[in-house]
Amino acid sequence: MSEGVKKFLYVNRKAPHGTIYALEALEVVLIGAAFEQDVELAFLDDGVFQLVKGWDTKDLGSKNFAPTYMALGDFEVTKVFVEKESLDERGLTADDLMELMYEDEDDDWAEKPSIRIVSREEMARIMAANDVILSF
Amino acid sequence: MAYDVNGTTVEHDEEGYITNLSDWTKELAEVIAKEENVEMTDEHWEVVNFLREYYDEYQIAPAIRVLVKAMKKKFGPEKGNNKYLYELFPYGPAKQACKIAGLPKPTGCV
Repeated sequence: MSEGVKKFLYVNRKAPHGTIYALEALEVVLIGAAFEQDVELAFLDDGVFQLVKGWDTKDLGSKNFAPTYMALGDFEVTKVFVEKESLDERGLTADDLMELMYEDEDDDWAEKPSIRIVSREEMARIMAANDVILSF
Repeated sequence: MAYDVNGTTVEHDEEGYITNLSDWTKELAEVIAKEENVEMTDEHWEVVNFLREYYDEYQIAPAIRVLVKAMKKKFGPEKGNNKYLYELFPYGPAKQACKIAGLPKPTGCV
């Protein structure tokens, strides 16, 4: 890893609507990634609802940022950790989530999934391994 | 502040980005390009159209790094590089081309 690049973990704990946290977090993530920081995302608690497919904000009168999650791969945000216990507690499974993909330039642009479902225990280890943790 | 497109006024912010994204037309793009001292060629349109498609799909303007990578994939390495894009849009491809394309200022653009 080159000098000056820190490992950032953005922790998303809130539902996508009702507060501005989810949208603000996503924008900060994209800015960080544009500056070539090493960015990872974690979704836990109600934050897992942000990745549920099929939502839109048409009737809420706010910007529909659901499609923007699909751009994460382009910004080279390729590690998106979702906590299994949080999904279970909300009656969700991996099949309910958006299919976030990234293209591996070194592997002839092969499409690979960005989302990894991890246990609460693994999530703790992921958090411990990052230099900077920003919680939204 | 506003652009004048054949007698129709289109509002823009202090940096020249249009306020209402749905106001965009090809004629407006030509007007903005003139303000930016950019003469629109087919190559310029290729980038502008690409940006509009990208925004349509993801609701976000790509950062320069992302634009370069995506251009490389779509048009090949001779167009997907910084030098080519800076020749077309000397004041920053993401920034200037987005302005002409009628998109908001790209995220992470300083």
